[in-house]
Amino acid sequence: MNRDLSRLIDELPDFQEKARGLSEILLSNLVMLSEIPAPTFGEDRRMAFLTERFNEYELLNCSTDEAGNALGIIPGAVGNRNILVVAHLDTIFSEEIDHTVTIEPNTVSGAGIGDDSLGLAAIATLPIVLKHLQIEPNANIVLMGSARSLGRGDLEGIRFFLKNRGIPIDTGICVEGVKLGRLSASSIGMLRAEMEYAVPEEYDWTRFGASGAILSLNDAINRILEIPLPRRPQTSIVLNRLESGAAFNTIPRQAELQLEIRSESGELVRKLGEQIQDIGAEISSKTGSEVTFTVLARREPGGIPFAHPLASTARDILKALGVRPRISPSTSELSAFIDHGIPAVTIGLTEGENHSSPEERLEIAPIFVGIAQLLGLLRAIDGGLTSES
Amino acid sequence: MNLNQWLKRNTFHHSQFRDIPELIEAKEKLGLTVSLCIPTLNEEKTIGKEIVIFRSELMQRYPLLDEIAVIDSGSSDKTLEVASSFGADTYLASEILPGLPNKRGKGENLWKAIHQLKGDIIVYIDADIKNIHPRFVYGLVAPLIHRPEIKYVKAFYDRPLAFSQGIRPSGGGRVTEILIRPLFSLFFPELTAIVQPLSGEYAVRREVLEQIPFPIGYGVETSHLIDVYTLYDLHAFAQTDLDQRVHRNQPTRSLGKMAFGILQTFLKRAQKLGIIDGLPEVSTILRQFQAHEEEFEMIEHTIVEEERPPMNTIEAYLEKRKVLGAGGRRTSAKQGGASRGTSSKGAAKKGTAKNGDA
Repeated sequence: MNRDLSRLIDELPDFQEKARGLSEILLSNLVMLSEIPAPTFGEDRRMAFLTERFNEYELLNCSTDEAGNALGIIPGAVGNRNILVVAHLDTIFSEEIDHTVTIEPNTVSGAGIGDDSLGLAAIATLPIVLKHLQIEPNANIVLMGSARSLGRGDLEGIRFFLKNRGIPIDTGICVEGVKLGRLSASSIGMLRAEMEYAVPEEYDWTRFGASGAILSLNDAINRILEIPLPRRPQTSIVLNRLESGAAFNTIPRQAELQLEIRSESGELVRKLGEQIQDIGAEISSKTGSEVTFTVLARREPGGIPFAHPLASTARDILKALGVRPRISPSTSELSAFIDHGIPAVTIGLTEGENHSSPEERLEIAPIFVGIAQLLGLLRAIDGGLTSES
Repeated sequence: MNLNQWLKRNTFHHSQFRDIPELIEAKEKLGLTVSLCIPTLNEEKTIGKEIVIFRSELMQRYPLLDEIAVIDSGSSDKTLEVASSFGADTYLASEILPGLPNKRGKGENLWKAIHQLKGDIIVYIDADIKNIHPRFVYGLVAPLIHRPEIKYVKAFYDRPLAFSQGIRPSGGGRVTEILIRPLFSLFFPELTAIVQPLSGEYAVRREVLEQIPFPIGYGVETSHLIDVYTLYDLHAFAQTDLDQRVHRNQPTRSLGKMAFGILQTFLKRAQKLGIIDGLPEVSTILRQFQAHEEEFEMIEHTIVEEERPPMNTIEAYLEKRKVLGAGGRRTSAKQGGASRGTSSKGAAKKGTAKNGDA
């Protein structure tokens, strides 16, 4: 560990303590953001709330863009570099889900609270935290709530910003609610797709496969599970979601499967995608049902090396805070940074349970360790401790 | 009075007061202080969020509130511990004005808040609101700050989840529409302009609160409206649409008890004002039924709507106000109080020391 980093690490307990002193503001932002429903493509009200917060802090260039991102800049004393800190605005929950948040002395719970309302709340509170700690960065810190990130959104917000940005971004930090210790500096190859079987209206129900679209999809799933996967490069096929059927006495005409192929090899992801598409077509030809295979999202593998100063500094900060780093690849906002060759990491802020359920629950106390981690990382990047040169 | 004109002039929407810095400037110019009272009984699930939101948004970020206090009827759950852990001043109603005989009820907590809290304006917010937001406070306080002739601001909630274009019905809950609105239509037609007379959220000037008696139970909201109307008239009222309020729904049998208590309060006032004459002494027992297979069983509830007298008739209160004096309005609410810490009676208040610099 270099000398400058050890000085920074000495500051971490103070960061943690002072962040705790602002807990009400952070929790209040968390509640108010979480209680605004924000399904992908429906993030407008969250965007407006975040922009209003940025305006209240008198950040520079408080704005929204065509993709629905919310942006504001904490101006740096020198301002010759730009650090982008981002959390996604959208959640997996529809408007109809109860978005009420409950705060108890040690926990906070509600739909989407960890993914990624807490990340957004951290960003919404960051200007106050920096002011309270009297941290005046040299670099500009660009704060962003990114829209249309999840599922079919396919990182549209962050991709739009990075493609059309008027300012160069030197480093990125993606902030996720859970879990504290999570550290991603690389992205794996990924293909997210939807396979749909439809039985035509005029289908001859005396033919093989007459149980409708479910049977066709079932055949396809069995075949997908037979595909041999290599140990190296690490590869997996995850079946995420199934939908079909209406009731007894009704033959299902449609069946839909959402799946994800993940691999350290981009080439293997492409091959497996083609193979699954072929399986779909083959079963369709045997049963007479129609198949459609739609690619919803792709990621290319990449990222910074394990030994990159940004990754190693992030690990050192976590260790100094008494948190064991859990290194894992990511397919979130980080992928967009990687596509643009920008060094970036994804971090988590706290512990939680019931992830991705409407009853998701987060622990409050570790949040301040997570905030100290974010501040430490910002200080390190700002101080030039994470540059390769 | 032309009710439509009153509705137009004295009915607001919270969004009209979104400029909180402007509101604070006006408040400071007038030298007013504002206290928030949250009456509680077993509200550990929702109280934490209310305190966090109000302290953060309306004390730390924008100093609209000078004081946030939870006044509890003796919860058996962790309401007070939770409220205290998030920085509220917490009080047991029974420990305020300990020289008086103890009574238990929401109205008792509201009445004792007049003694305990220091503000020139007291805003009351129920503790069971799931979708709490700063608008619940600034929407009610703002008309009092901007319009000196307004003395009592009542909340109403009108944000339909879905409606087609055109006219749609708007109003209160079941007890309001079945009991209160017909009664007001018969005896106090002008009060029918209040959209939701039973809503538990309102902001009132101290000079008004200290003049009126307080039923300790279900009748407190109804009595307030009649008493303030009798003292001033409809001009003293305003109402603010706070959009939507998400809370627990009460079963019909509970509403029956509520209606029984309210009727007692109403009849008492109607008789006192000479509107109804020659009423016999009314019973205080409400009878409801429950069935076991083929057998019906009568359940009796004794509901007595006791009342506290106007606070300005209580010696200890007058003494306290004299001590505080005109300049004393800005001193700490600690004086003469029974504030509680997290663990022991009379321990130093936790909440007031926790001020961020935001």
